Amino acid sequence: MSTATSTATSESPAIEAEGLVKLYGNTRALDGLNLTVPAGTVYGLLGPNGAGKTTAVRVLATLIRPDAGHARVLGADVVDHAAQVRTTIGLTGQYAALDEYLSGRANLVMIGQLSRLTARAARKRADELLERFDLTKAASRAVKTYSGGMRRRLDLAASLIGHPAVLFLDEPTTGLDPGARALMWEIVRQLVADGTTLLLTTQYLDEADQLASRIAVIDTGRVIAEGTPAELKASIGGQRLLLTLADESDAAVAAEVLAPFATSPVLSPNGSSRLLEVPVAATDGLATEVVRVLDTAGVKVSDIAVRGASLDDVFLTLTGHAAEEKKAAAKKAKKKEEVPA
Amino acid sequence: MTAITAVPAADLTTGRKAAAQFFGDVWVLTKRSISRIKNEPETLSNVTIQPVMFVLMFTYVFGGAIGLGGAGGSYHSYLIGGMLGMSMAQTAPGTAVAVVSDMSTGLIDRFRSLPMSRAAVLTARTIADLLTQAIGAAVVALVGIAIGWRITTGVGDAMEAFALALLFGYAFTWAGVCLGMVLRSAEAAQQTGFIIFLPLTFISSAFVPTQSMPGWLQPVAEWNPMTSLAAACRSLFGNPNPATAVHAWPEQHPELAVVCWAVGMLVVFAPLAVRLYRNKGR
Repeated sequence: MSTATSTATSESPAIEAEGLVKLYGNTRALDGLNLTVPAGTVYGLLGPNGAGKTTAVRVLATLIRPDAGHARVLGADVVDHAAQVRTTIGLTGQYAALDEYLSGRANLVMIGQLSRLTARAARKRADELLERFDLTKAASRAVKTYSGGMRRRLDLAASLIGHPAVLFLDEPTTGLDPGARALMWEIVRQLVADGTTLLLTTQYLDEADQLASRIAVIDTGRVIAEGTPAELKASIGGQRLLLTLADESDAAVAAEVLAPFATSPVLSPNGSSRLLEVPVAATDGLATEVVRVLDTAGVKVSDIAVRGASLDDVFLTLTGHAAEEKKAAAKKAKKKEEVPA
Repeated sequence: MTAITAVPAADLTTGRKAAAQFFGDVWVLTKRSISRIKNEPETLSNVTIQPVMFVLMFTYVFGGAIGLGGAGGSYHSYLIGGMLGMSMAQTAPGTAVAVVSDMSTGLIDRFRSLPMSRAAVLTARTIADLLTQAIGAAVVALVGIAIGWRITTGVGDAMEAFALALLFGYAFTWAGVCLGMVLRSAEAAQQTGFIIFLPLTFISSAFVPTQSMPGWLQPVAEWNPMTSLAAACRSLFGNPNPATAVHAWPEQHPELAVVCWAVGMLVVFAPLAVRLYRNKGR
C-alpha cells in the first residue's frame, strides 16, 4: 500500500467525521453524523434505505459538500483539501461506475490513467486485477454484456486500480445472488489482509457481522449505536425465539414463563397473541429448555424456531420502529405493538 | 506501485504539472468517446447520412422553388454554405444527450472521486464532438462536389471557411454541454435541443436568402449566427451570396461576426458548463 500515507496514519484514524449535516430541502439526510474509523480496519455502516449511508459515503469521498460539520480522510479535510483526499481513496458505489460500451480492460486502463498511472502501468495493473477478480476471459468484451456479479467485480477492480489506502464500498452486495455475494465477501477479506482501510455500507447485519471489525448503526442521518459486532448483537439480545401457541389464552402465562430467558421485553409480532417473539442469548439446549418449562406450565406449543437477530431486530430494539418504516406515524403505530413481558 | 499515491499533492497543483495532467486526462477521455464511435458507428448518422439526405432533398425538392434574388447563381452552389452551418449546429443536441447520459450513470461519480482535472470530462466531450463535426463538414463538401458545387476561390479561403465552421460548431458544442448539465433526461435534452436547433437553422439564410422573409423577421434572420456563418462560407468559397446586398452589419462582415459569436458563446458557455459540473449533486 501507499508509503505516503502509511507513515502519517500509524496512530491517527483513517476517517474522522464530526457533526456532519447534509440537507436536501427539508430532509436531513445527515443529521450530526460522527464517525471514527481506525486505519487498516473494515468498518461497517449499517442502516436501512434512506438512513443516510450513501450520503455519508458521498461526503467522505468528496462528491458532495456537507452543510455543517467536518470530515477528514487520512488527515486531509474532504472540503478544503478534496484534491488531496482524491489521491488516497477508491469508491465503489451502488451502481456500477463503468462505461458500458468499453471493454472491461479498456475501462480499467482508462480509470488507471485518470488515477495518475502511466499508460503502461495502467495496462499492467488492469491485467493484474482482471486476473485476480476472475475476469480475464471477459476482459475484451463490452461491459454491457456482463452479468451483475461481473459488473460489481469490475467496478471494485476499477476502484482499486490506483492503490487506494482508503476504500469506500457502498452496498457492494445488494442485488447479488448468494454465489456472487460470497465471492465479493472473499475479495473484501483479501483487501483487508492487504492493509486497506475499508468503509462498507450495508443493509444486512450478517454482512457487517462477517466482514466488519466495528459497526456503526445509523438511522435518520445519525449514529444510534456503535461497537464490535459482538457488542452490538449482545446489546440487542443476540437471537430471537419465535413461538406459535396452540391457544391464544395461554399468551400471558407463556410470556411470564419465558421472561427469565428474555434479554429484552417479549414481543407479540403483528398484534397476534398466538405468536410470541423473545429476544434471547443463544445457548446450547435453549429450545429444549423452553419447551420443557412451557410444558410444565401447561402451555401447548404449535411451532418453535430460533433465528439470528436481523437488522429489523436491531432497529426495533434501538429505535422502537422497524427498519423500513420511516414516517413518524408509522413509528407510533409500531410502538403500540410491543407488549410488556 | 507506490509512486502514484506518493506524489505530494502540492506538486500536482503547480501550473505546468496541472496543465500536463489536464491534457493527459482530456486525451484519455477523448479516446473513450472515439472508441464508442468505433463500436457503434451508427451514432455518426447525424453527421453522415442526414446531411446527404438534406442536401439532396433541398437541391432536388425545394431548390427549384427557391429564388436567390438578384444575386443569381445556382441553388446547389448557394446551399452548401448553409448546409455546412446546419451540420455544425445539429450535433449540439447530440452533445446534450451524451452529457445527460454520462451524468446519470455512476461513471461521473467515479470521475469526480479521482485525482483528475475537473474540466477534463467536459473538454474531452467537446473535442470528440469537434471530430464528428469535422467528419460532418467533409461529408457536406463531398456530397456538394457530387451535385456540382465548386470552390471558385483559393485553398486558403476554403480552409478559412472550414475553420470558421468548426469554430462555430465548437462554440455550439459548449452550449450543448450546458443544456445537458441542466436537463434531467436524454429525452428532455433531445427535445429541447431540437426546439432550439430548428428555428436557429431555418430562420436564417442557411436555405433561403433573408430578403425573401417578411420585414419583421428579417432582422432576426440577419443577426442569427447561422446566417453569418452561411454568408461567410459562401463568400470564402466564391459561391452565390445574396447577403452582400443586405446592409445589416453581420451581413457585411460575416467572418468577423462568426468569430464574435463563437468567442462570445465560448466565453459564456465553457466556464458555465465547468461550473455546473463542479457543483453537480451539491
